[in-house]
Amino acid sequence: MAFVPHTPEDVAAMLETIGVESIERLFEEIPATLRIGALEGVPEALNEMQLARLMSERARRDGRQSCFIGAGAYEHHIPSAVWAVATRGEFYSAYTPYQAEASQGTLQLLYEYQTMMANLTAMEVSNASLYDGASALAEASLMAVRANRRSRSQRILVPSTVHPHYRRAARAIAGNQGLRFEELPLATDSGCTGTETLSRYEGEDITALVIQQPNVFGRLEDVDALTDWAHARHALAVAVVNPVSLALLKPPGNWGAKGADIVVGDGQPLGIPLSSGGPYFGFMTTRLEHIRQMPGRIVGRTVDADGRPGFTLTLQAREQHIRRARATSNICTNQGLMVTAATIHLSLMGAEGLRRTAVASHSRTRELVAALSTLPGVRRRFSGPVFHEDVISLERPVGPLLERLAARGILGGWDLQEHYPQLGPALLVCATETKTADDIERYRAALDQCLREARAA
Amino acid sequence: MNAERANHPEKLIFEYSVPGRGAEDQWPAPADGDAAADLPESLRRAQPPLLPAVSELETVRHFTRLSQLNFSIDTNFYPLGSCTMKYNPKACNQYAMLPEFLARHPLAPDSAGQGVLECLYELQEMLKAVTGMQALSLSPMAGAQGEFAGVAMIRAYHRARGDLERNEIIVPQAAHGTNPATATMCGCVVREVPVDAEGDVDIAALTAVVGPKTAGIMLTNPSTLGVFERRIEAVARIVHGAGGLLYYDGANLNAILGKVRPGDMGFDVVHVNLHKTFSTPHGGGGPGSGPVGVAARLAPFLPVPVVGRRGERYCWLTERDLPQSIGRLSAFCGNIGVLLRAYIYMRMLGRDGMARVGEFATLNANYLLARLTRSGFDAAYPGRRAGHEFIITLKRQARELGVSAMDFAKRLLDHGQHAPTTYFPLLVPECLLIEPTETESKAALDDFAAAMTAILTEAAQEPERVTSAPHTMPVRRLDDVRAAKQLDLTWKPVT
Amino acid sequence: MSKVPTDLKYTRTHEWLRTLPDGTVEVGITDHAQHALGDLVFVEVPEAGRTVSPGEPFAVVESVKAASDVYAPVSGEVIEGNPALAGAPETLNTDPYGGGWLARLRLTAAPGALLSAAEYEKLTAEEAE
Repeated sequence: MAFVPHTPEDVAAMLETIGVESIERLFEEIPATLRIGALEGVPEALNEMQLARLMSERARRDGRQSCFIGAGAYEHHIPSAVWAVATRGEFYSAYTPYQAEASQGTLQLLYEYQTMMANLTAMEVSNASLYDGASALAEASLMAVRANRRSRSQRILVPSTVHPHYRRAARAIAGNQGLRFEELPLATDSGCTGTETLSRYEGEDITALVIQQPNVFGRLEDVDALTDWAHARHALAVAVVNPVSLALLKPPGNWGAKGADIVVGDGQPLGIPLSSGGPYFGFMTTRLEHIRQMPGRIVGRTVDADGRPGFTLTLQAREQHIRRARATSNICTNQGLMVTAATIHLSLMGAEGLRRTAVASHSRTRELVAALSTLPGVRRRFSGPVFHEDVISLERPVGPLLERLAARGILGGWDLQEHYPQLGPALLVCATETKTADDIERYRAALDQCLREARAA
Repeated sequence: MNAERANHPEKLIFEYSVPGRGAEDQWPAPADGDAAADLPESLRRAQPPLLPAVSELETVRHFTRLSQLNFSIDTNFYPLGSCTMKYNPKACNQYAMLPEFLARHPLAPDSAGQGVLECLYELQEMLKAVTGMQALSLSPMAGAQGEFAGVAMIRAYHRARGDLERNEIIVPQAAHGTNPATATMCGCVVREVPVDAEGDVDIAALTAVVGPKTAGIMLTNPSTLGVFERRIEAVARIVHGAGGLLYYDGANLNAILGKVRPGDMGFDVVHVNLHKTFSTPHGGGGPGSGPVGVAARLAPFLPVPVVGRRGERYCWLTERDLPQSIGRLSAFCGNIGVLLRAYIYMRMLGRDGMARVGEFATLNANYLLARLTRSGFDAAYPGRRAGHEFIITLKRQARELGVSAMDFAKRLLDHGQHAPTTYFPLLVPECLLIEPTETESKAALDDFAAAMTAILTEAAQEPERVTSAPHTMPVRRLDDVRAAKQLDLTWKPVT
Repeated sequence: MSKVPTDLKYTRTHEWLRTLPDGTVEVGITDHAQHALGDLVFVEVPEAGRTVSPGEPFAVVESVKAASDVYAPVSGEVIEGNPALAGAPETLNTDPYGGGWLARLRLTAAPGALLSAAEYEKLTAEEAE
């Protein structure tokens, strides 16, 4: 029990070596008043057979629905090879590669990962991961304050078209250090961030401008103009991007005249299952000039005592275990196994597989929106291009409709009521390459039924 | 690990690339014509990203070979102090990866997630029980984020009471670097207190440092020195008396699981490292998970979301339910898949298993300490019982034989033993922090002790063999200085 | 034994100070300090025009395993940071009292009490105990 291998003979021999008569004696330095009896709140043990039954039952209760929700987490095909290899014990049960000589597998993989992410974002360097996309935006904001030495204001401009959960996490994590996040108003007609909304910041000290592409509505921002606006005012451009979209869309390193300065996002679309929200991983890439301000582990290639190439953690003087209170971040453990999966995934997809995934997702979403828009009272909320999400307007509250759809096994999208009430009843939908024409037709027919029921009720 | 294979350098995945090759069976069919023609040219990518163009078999073989260059718990004894490298039961992975759990979208309605939510709710309850806390949030994604949440809650608590001056966080000298780094992230100032020769916090120094600016103190217990803080009740009295709160860093919870609870010691906030105590995989550096538990007075400030129960239904509680929350630390709900693994592990252990963890982790540590001291190694805190880990100092060997703790660590690799944590805590010179965990057998501990003894003998007879170790790994010692000065962080094709 | 030139002044935090013929001063870290830090891989020197006061961190030196602040030994205005160190941080290891200087300062107040070479040597000997 408890995966403890000791026989009674082992225990007796070990106690004799220590020179005590019982295990109990080993706890003698703990004040007796603090000791507890049985843990009432923990049930009796289950063996693996019982456990298997319990978990299968729980999983069955979650069921399987046809999912058209995106909003920061996307259903993509994951090749079987990805997790078959990533869950090998040598990856799964190793830790942070502190002993480089006994961790070359993880270290080389991370170097390959850093190369892939730098190439995908068209930036110079990458770290070895952060927790997720939202917390990565918080870290990018803190990094921007350190990297932008011309700015003293610690003011970060964030368009309302950045995912609301990302904005909240950035404020919760970075707000304690005095950063001020100032939200740019939403242009309700376009669903984009116009440079005209920035005009009131002319001549002011701005540390960074955040630009999400595609934005929370799936809409494409004028990233060139926004990046150039930031640079013209000595602000850094912090990009938040979907890695799959970068097979199709202009990478942040090429935005505007000089490119973005810091790029973050969530790596979930790269082979990571939806899993109710995690574990995913955050990625971060930047220019070489800012590398000492970057948080998180970084792997470098060097040579060993015989001059042969090898890999090791480097630039560790940025990190908490050396710089303590003055570290770039408190992060230590990151999302290593997720990065392992993503690196395998990116190898299998390559540039062409990723491009086909992006194009197919884009096409399926357009087909979905076209199909839904044929229904009375349903129309596209914004005009203009989207990547693989779009907003549809409805004539009645979205919440009850989503419940009706869920009862039919369809997760219809994300209700924008809580975060964007000014849009009226609006639903964010997404269809990736995993959706077929049949799936889309089933959603259309179900929504048609639900709207009829709602009108009748 | 296969020694011949290990010494054969594996190419980079990019070096296997051949234009036109790819794992095409995994890709969607190509679109007819330009299916993205509606996207403006100015927003489209001009050049495809440089990614590998390799077959599925090449990919599988390459990454399998890379995996074989690693030490891991599944292949080697891994006594990395402060990291609790215990066996990760295979069931935890298998049943957390059931297709329904993997396919569930984070924004799916609670009604389409009653199974996973019930698991998470019960996990919250079990973690409250083992820590002695009244409320808990599962959302922090690693220990460091749990620490952040804890200190942020302490600040929020003082602020809510109008107590605006409290911005000092006290940490013991030997604290892990994340503690001061966390204090800074929360906008606090760090005050260090020394520990005495026996490893306990210096009570006089603590009394002198607390005051009206004290927000709280961050402690592990057993401490980073591997010994139980015996005067913990006095520490709690002094800090509470000054108006501060006590934060428990759960890094060392394995030592006392089922024996003592942080809540009973007087702690107001606790974070638990599920990837340590509750055996979720370390994954080559994560994902971890750092749930944070609190006493009742801090409950309103917990990070969201939190799993709630209304009647027979489980649901996510958000900012709307907890308006005083310190906020959201992730886009969604933290590392759910890790939480499920911990849940499965706790259910398989049950209440009796929990107590066995603390007992056998402590037995193994004290046994290995006894074996090593008998073999001529010096305990950093002789006369003290070890918790679940202990420190030996090689200061004497470094002076007499010219062989450092790092040399011992590297030579251990040649014996098939992963090195303990080296040079932490910084307080103890030439130290090894050794944590065997409860899942290792007596035979495994004996092998480690034998390897240490052999290296000690070798250090006396043939020291250069030790100082030039490792000799059997895929690479020899790496040039860290070159790595930091001549930065090579991404592969570039030869042009 | 580390070198302690007799014509320089020292601090308890292992900086040295040289008075130049024009009355300005040059500041660096001692041979003892560079030895303790090990191979330096990065140096951050102060920008010209910055004013500093004694004990204020005004430069950072990094080895693979440590990052240390360097404290200003006197009150002054930075004339220049050593531009050569960015590309060659190892100069601090090989020539701590020469090419490894960190910054030149114009004094804005008379220097406080600094250690003589003999006093500094005694200090490092005591620390080694």
